[in-house]
Amino acid sequence: MHLHKYEKVWLTFGMASLVIFLLVIGFAAFWKGTHPQSHLETIDQNNVEAHDSFKPENLGLTEVADGKYKVNMVASAFNYDFGVDKDEKPVKTIRVPQGSTVLFTITSKDVVHGFQVAGTNVNMMVEPGHISRYEAVMKNKGEFTIVCNEYCGIGHHQMFGKVEVY
Amino acid sequence: MDGTENNLRLFPKKDARLYMSFMYVTFVSLLVGGLMGLLQTFVRSGKFTLPFNINYYTILTVHGVILGLVLTTFFIIGFQFALMGKTVGISDKQRNVGWISFWMMLVGTVMAAVTILVGQANVLYTFYAPLAAHPAFYIGLALVIVGSWISAFTNFRQLYVWKKAHKGEKSPLLAFMVIINMLMWVIASLGVAVSVVIQFIPWSLGYTETINVLVSRTLFWYFGHPLVYFWLLPAYMAWYAIIPKIIGGKLFSDSLARLAFILLLLFSIPVGFHHQLTEPGIDPTWKFIQVVLTMMVVVPSLMTAFSIFATFEITGRKKGFSSLFGWFKKLPWGDVRFFAPFVGMVAFIPGGIGGIINASHQMNALVHNTIWVTGHFHLTVATAVLLTYFGIAYWLVPHLTGRRLTKQINKLGIIQTIIWAVGMTIMSTAMHIQGLLGGPRRSAYSEYAGGAQVDTWVGYQLAQAVGGTILFIGILLMIYIFIKLTFFAPRGVEEFPIAAEDENAQVTPKILENWYLWVGITIALIAFAYTIPMIDIIKHSPPGSVPFKWPIGRM
Ligand code: HEM
Ligand SMILES: [Cu+2]
Ligand SMILES: [Cu+2]
Repeated sequence: MHLHKYEKVWLTFGMASLVIFLLVIGFAAFWKGTHPQSHLETIDQNNVEAHDSFKPENLGLTEVADGKYKVNMVASAFNYDFGVDKDEKPVKTIRVPQGSTVLFTITSKDVVHGFQVAGTNVNMMVEPGHISRYEAVMKNKGEFTIVCNEYCGIGHHQMFGKVEVY
Repeated sequence: MDGTENNLRLFPKKDARLYMSFMYVTFVSLLVGGLMGLLQTFVRSGKFTLPFNINYYTILTVHGVILGLVLTTFFIIGFQFALMGKTVGISDKQRNVGWISFWMMLVGTVMAAVTILVGQANVLYTFYAPLAAHPAFYIGLALVIVGSWISAFTNFRQLYVWKKAHKGEKSPLLAFMVIINMLMWVIASLGVAVSVVIQFIPWSLGYTETINVLVSRTLFWYFGHPLVYFWLLPAYMAWYAIIPKIIGGKLFSDSLARLAFILLLLFSIPVGFHHQLTEPGIDPTWKFIQVVLTMMVVVPSLMTAFSIFATFEITGRKKGFSSLFGWFKKLPWGDVRFFAPFVGMVAFIPGGIGGIINASHQMNALVHNTIWVTGHFHLTVATAVLLTYFGIAYWLVPHLTGRRLTKQINKLGIIQTIIWAVGMTIMSTAMHIQGLLGGPRRSAYSEYAGGAQVDTWVGYQLAQAVGGTILFIGILLMIYIFIKLTFFAPRGVEEFPIAAEDENAQVTPKILENWYLWVGITIALIAFAYTIPMIDIIKHSPPGSVPFKWPIGRM
């Protein structure tokens, strides 16, 4: 098959860029550990309380070490359960200081949901029977909306929360 | 033989009627689906609520199913039948089987559409389990898929019969391309068919209690990515083999065109994980492998871009333009059969770049399931692909109805294209930006928890309503043009513009038509990319999920 000289140049240049691009994202993934959320642990979605992380008293924000936090959550149509505050009221906002490292852990009791802290890289699918987990450093101050970004039913757009970085 | 004579010979009435039937469904779908799109942008602007208690997600399901699945599939199959009829011919028996396929798909479509409209299938066009629609929705979808397979096998048969009568000749380029697209379609839709028939239908009927959610999603996306190439390849057929004729040139290279189509087949299916990058339960190494396989599409895309622009330049120079870019001015800008697809090609540049971003292992996390993604595919399928389909319809419809594309209709077509480009630039840009700011897709109007971030989103949703309104005007104009071309344009012969090969073109290597080889490699790549992760997913399955009806408003 005949290739025009310019086409050879064009394709060589294109394929070389492709190789470089793949090396960059491969390096970032395997050496820098920037894989997308891919947690492999499963759970019985009909009995999520049996798992330590999702016992009612363990839901919500906990400081595990200096500047290190974890947030355990249960998603269900159409709500995120972040646990309750001192007055037994449901928590709607998660407050962490700037620069803290936060491990988000979430599962679903019913259908598929999404969990995104809008404006950050925290973006995961939440599926029944699976636990999703992502650790992020909250570098910027401000209020970030938590949105369910996978369609979960007709109340989907009313499923939200907030992260406040102070 | 330069084929001009064949290009001007109209189809027998019986054949034309079959091909036109698919076009009717296409343009009715455009009107219905487009109206839903308009209403979506209105609702999302926050200034409008739907009358009669209609649910936002009902119209969104209609929009996705009717435009993403029905309009595309009907147009493609009708167009491909016409291409096969023109290049290799159709027998009486094959035509009858074609009708069976048409009716089966239509019955399936109506079944699914009615189920959606009565509110029993607010599951969107991806119908993710364990949201459970009424069984009629899934049965309707299954009929559409099986109906499309019947046309695929008719097309295979058409080429087989032609080959037997033309021993030793290479198949006509467009017939070859149709077969590649249909092979891809059959191999890919097997995944979703298995999921619908074995998982969803028994589960929604109550014969099985639970469904394996991750398996159903993986089977869906095994199909979901080749689905978008299935939309794109007919546009490529026009770009490679029709546009050169319209601008007065010849094919750039028969063998390169075939090679590009083969590469698209090979790298279309083993890549579905790039839609599941942020999902739990799938090993990230396998996700990465499929990302690499996804990016291989860059190669045939670059080949396509090169050959299109080379055709433009060679044709322009033959007409005597010697300055560096003088040939560009000489392209037939006033001919809508060229202009509409050309604008589509331009939209495919940002569309393709956006696709690379979406499929990137890491960057995906920033945009996954945001309205950015919606902005992306309104550039690719709803502009690059759709404007090319329109570009085809301007000559195909009159060719089938024995009428002519008049100067006046041609002008309306140019206006239509410009309206579409303007509306889409506004809507898609607003979607891209809002998505980068975190605004989610598939969402009715909501102020969420309030605050500055949400305030910034609302402005972009208003802009989307402005763009959407312009687009809808474009749809009304297109419907008017379609009606004109079908019923009212003056009688005559409109050319079916198939480009011929250059007299001194190189011979096409035989290996390019070795179907066993290419299908074999396709299956091997699929087996490589999916076997181990699929076994993993099944081995580490959580308990299955029962059907959930109340979240989608079913009692
Ligand atoms: C008048 C023209 C159109 C307008 C105003 C429009 C508007 C929209 C909007 C606003 C959405 C997002 C809704 C949401 O995420 O909540 C959407 C989704 C979508 N559109 Fe369009 N659109 C138009 C034409 C088209 C065309 C021509 C196609 C395909 C050929 C198309 C295919 C889709 C698909 C597949 C979705 C995704 C549905 C889903 O996420 O379930 N649209 N459209
Ligand atoms: Cu949701
Ligand atoms: Cu894809």
